[in-house]
Amino acid sequence: MLLEVSSLNAYYGDFQALFDVSLHAGKGEAVAIIGANGAGKSTLLNAISGNVKTRGAIQFNGEALAGLKPWNIVTRGVTLVPEGRRLFSSLSVEENLLMGAYARKGTDWTLTLVYELFPKLKERARQQVTQLSGGEQQMVAIGRALMSNPSLLMCDELSLGLAPVIVQDIYATLAKVRERGVTLIVVEQNVQQAMKFADRVYCFQEGHVTLEGEAAKLTADQVSAAYFGKRGAA
Amino acid sequence: MSTAMTKVVQSSRTSRIAGLVAIVLILALLSAAGWADRGTLSLLMEFFCYLALAEMWNLLAGFAGIVSLGQQAFLGLGGYALFFAALRLGWNPLEAFLLAGVAGAIIAVPSALVVFRLHGAYLAIGTWVLAEVLRLIFSEVPSLGAGSGISLPVKFAKSVHLGGMHRDAVLYLAALALALITILASYLLLRSQRGLALTAIRDNELGARSSGVRIFSVKLMVFAATGLGTGFTGALLYLAKLRISPLAAFDVNWTSYMIFMVVIGGVGTLEGPIVGTLVYFILRQYLADLGSWYLIILGVVAVTVMLRLPMGIWGTVARKYDISLFPTRRRVLFDQDKPTTPGVAASSAETTA
Amino acid sequence: MKAFLDSILSGVLLGSLYGLFASGLSLVFGVMRLVNVAHGDFIVLAAFLALAFLHITGIASPFLMLVILIPLMFVLGYLLQRGVLNPALGPDILRPVLITFGLSVIVQNGLQQAFSADSQKLQGGRIETASIPLPDGLAIGTFPLLTLVVAVALIGLLQWILYRTKLGRALRATSDDLSTAGLMGVNTPHLFGIAAGLAMVTVAVAGVFTGIRASFDASAGPAWLIFAFEAVIIGGLGSLWGTLAGGIILGIAQAIGAYLSPAWQMLAGHVVFLIALMFFPRGLFPRRSE
Repeated sequence: MLLEVSSLNAYYGDFQALFDVSLHAGKGEAVAIIGANGAGKSTLLNAISGNVKTRGAIQFNGEALAGLKPWNIVTRGVTLVPEGRRLFSSLSVEENLLMGAYARKGTDWTLTLVYELFPKLKERARQQVTQLSGGEQQMVAIGRALMSNPSLLMCDELSLGLAPVIVQDIYATLAKVRERGVTLIVVEQNVQQAMKFADRVYCFQEGHVTLEGEAAKLTADQVSAAYFGKRGAA
Repeated sequence: MSTAMTKVVQSSRTSRIAGLVAIVLILALLSAAGWADRGTLSLLMEFFCYLALAEMWNLLAGFAGIVSLGQQAFLGLGGYALFFAALRLGWNPLEAFLLAGVAGAIIAVPSALVVFRLHGAYLAIGTWVLAEVLRLIFSEVPSLGAGSGISLPVKFAKSVHLGGMHRDAVLYLAALALALITILASYLLLRSQRGLALTAIRDNELGARSSGVRIFSVKLMVFAATGLGTGFTGALLYLAKLRISPLAAFDVNWTSYMIFMVVIGGVGTLEGPIVGTLVYFILRQYLADLGSWYLIILGVVAVTVMLRLPMGIWGTVARKYDISLFPTRRRVLFDQDKPTTPGVAASSAETTA
Repeated sequence: MKAFLDSILSGVLLGSLYGLFASGLSLVFGVMRLVNVAHGDFIVLAAFLALAFLHITGIASPFLMLVILIPLMFVLGYLLQRGVLNPALGPDILRPVLITFGLSVIVQNGLQQAFSADSQKLQGGRIETASIPLPDGLAIGTFPLLTLVVAVALIGLLQWILYRTKLGRALRATSDDLSTAGLMGVNTPHLFGIAAGLAMVTVAVAGVFTGIRASFDASAGPAWLIFAFEAVIIGGLGSLWGTLAGGIILGIAQAIGAYLSPAWQMLAGHVVFLIALMFFPRGLFPRRSE
C-alpha cells in the first residue's frame, strides 16, 4: 500500500473536521473523494500534506507522515495541487513550474516533459500567471506539482470554475500522468466526473467516511445515500 | 448551533462585586488628597497619569488597531501648550490646562489624515515621524526656550489651588480624575455600537475596511480623543515638573513606557493596563537606579511576555478563570456550560473542506 | 549657485546612504511583511562592533572589518529571526511591532552600557578627505562617491539574488503565498531566517559607512530607522531601486534644508516625506498596483 490513513482526526482549533477517517491508495491507483461542501475532503488532503493538526496515523511508503512539516512531506513524494490553484501571482509561468522543483529529489519530470503535457504553457512561459485563463492556470498548478516528482499527486477541486470542455482536457492529461506511474487522489465535486476517472471512490459527509467502494460497482442510490444521507439531520 | 443559544449578557456577578470594590477604592483614593504626604501624593499623581496614558494607548492599539509609536507628540504638545498659555498668554492654570487638551485633539485630526494612509507597522513609524517633526519645530521656537527648554515661574505653580488644597493634592486629584474618566470613557465606548465597530476593525481590518467611511470616522474619533487625553496628561505631568524641553517632552520613551504597561498587563482589556501600570511602578521603584540596565530589563521583560504570554498577565488570568471586571464583550451563554466560540472555527473549516 | 549645487550633490550622496539603510528594511518587508523597528539600532550596533573589532585586531581600516562583520551580522539576523521574530509573525500585526520595538530598547541601552553614551567615529583614513574635482570648481568627495557606488552595487546584488536565483524565486514565491510555498518544499521559517540575514548584511555595510561618514552614539538608531522608513515610503513598497531613489530624494531634501538653515535639515526631510505621503501614498515607484 502506498498511502495508508487510519483513524485520522483533524482539528481547526477547537473544531474537529475529521472523525476517525481511514483511507488507502495502492501504487498506481486513482482514488476519488466526493462529498458535499464542508464534508472534510480538502481537510484530508491538507492533513496529509502537513497543513492541519491531526491525531491518528498517516503511513506513506511505510513511513509515518503525521507531525512532519509540509516542506518535508513534499520531498517524500506527496504533492498537493491546492484548491483555487494558489499560483505565485508575481512569478512567471516558468518560475511557478520551477518552484515545484524547489526541494525535489529525483529527475522524473522536467520542464520539457511538462511542456509536452501542456503545450499551451510553453508559449506562455514568460508571462505572469495572472494573465492566463482559468484552465491554463490549473495546468500551471498541476505542472508545478509534477515538477516535485510526486509518487502521490493529490488534486483538490480541479474542475472548480472551469468550463466542462476544459475539465475534460485536464482529466485526460491526468490520465497520461497516471500512465507514468503516479498515484492520484482527486477531490471532486462533480460526482460523475469522479466516478468516470477513479478506480475507487470514497464519499465523505461531515468529517466521516460514509461510503467506500470500486467506482464501477457503486450504484447511484448508494452514492446518493452516502452523499446526502441521514447524518445531516442530527 | 443557534438552537443551543439562550441569552446574550454583558454583565456578570464578578463585575458587580468589582463595581462595589471600585467605589470603595475610589472613595479611599479621593480621601488621600486630605491625608497623604506630599511625596506620596506626587507618586500617586504620576501613577494615575501613567495609568491614563496606558489606557489610552491600549484603546488605540488594543481596540482600534492603531499601533502608535508617536504618542509623545501629544504629550509634549500638551506640555508645551500649557507653558505657552502660562508664559506668553498669561492665562491661569485651569485655562492653560484646557488649552493643552484641545491642542492635542486639534493636532490629532490632520495628523490622522496623513498617517492613516499607512497601515500596521508603517503607521506606527509614521506617528513617530510626526512626533519628531513636533520636536524639531519646538526646538526652533526661541520664545519657548528653543532646544534647551524653559521653566514655569514659581508664582504660576503656586496659583494652582482648589479650596485651600495644596498644589500636590490638586494635581493628584486631577490625575486621578483623568485616569478614571479615561477608563470610564473607554468602557462606555466599547459597550456602544461604535465599540463593536472598533472591535471589528481590530479583528479584521481588511473586512472592516470595505465598510469604509464609518470605520475611518471611528478610528479618527479614537485618535482625536486619545490626542485630547494625552495632551491633558502631558500638561499635568509638566505642570508638576515645572520645566520642559523638546528632547524630554517628545522622547519616544514615553511611548515605550505606555507599551510596556499595556503589554505586561494585557493588550485589549481595560483591566490589563491597571495591572501593567502597577507592575511598572513596582519595577521602577526597585530598578530605576540601574540606569541602562533598568531599560534593558524592561525591554527583555516586554519581549518575553509578548512571546510567551501574548495576552499579558491580566489577559492570561482572566482567560483561565473566565473573569471580567469591565464586561465589554457580549458573552453568549449556552445551555451546556462549555465555553465555545461559536461560528468562527466552524465556518473557516467549512470553507476549506 | 555653486554652494547650492554642492549641497545638492552631497544630498545625493548622503541619500545613497539612506537608500542603503532602507534596502534591508524593504527586503524584509517585501518577503515577510515584517517591519523591524530595531533596524536603526542594528546599524548602530554594526558600527560599534566595527569599532570594537578595530580595537581588538589593531587593524586600521574599518572597511576590512566588513570581512568579520558581514558573516557575523548575517548569523545574528538568522538567529534573531528564527528565535524571536518567526514566533511573533501572524495575522496580529501588534506583536512583531512591539517585539522589535522591545529589541530596539534592549540594543540601544545595551550599547550605552557597553560603549557609554559618548559619540564615536570610525576613522576611514585618507579617503575621507580626498575628493575628485569636477568642472566649474565643483568637487565630489571620494568617500561619498564610494558610498554611492557601494549602495548601488549592494542593491544591484540583492536585486540579482531576488530575480535571478533559485533563492530569490523562493523569496518572491513565499512573499506571494506563504503556505503554498511550504507545500512546494520551501522551509519557510528557514527562508525567513535567510532573508533576515541578508538584510543584516546591508545593515553591516550601512553601519561601517555611516560610522565613517559622521560620528554616532548609542541612541542614534531611531533617527536612522526613520530615515530608512521615509526612504522606503517615498520610493514605494516592494521595489529596491525605488527605495534607493527614495533615499536620494530624502538626502536632497535634507541637503536643501541644511543649505537654507542648519536647523532645517531634518525638518525638510520629514516635510518632503509627509508631502510624498499625502500626494503619492503608494510611493513614487510602486512595484505594481495592488
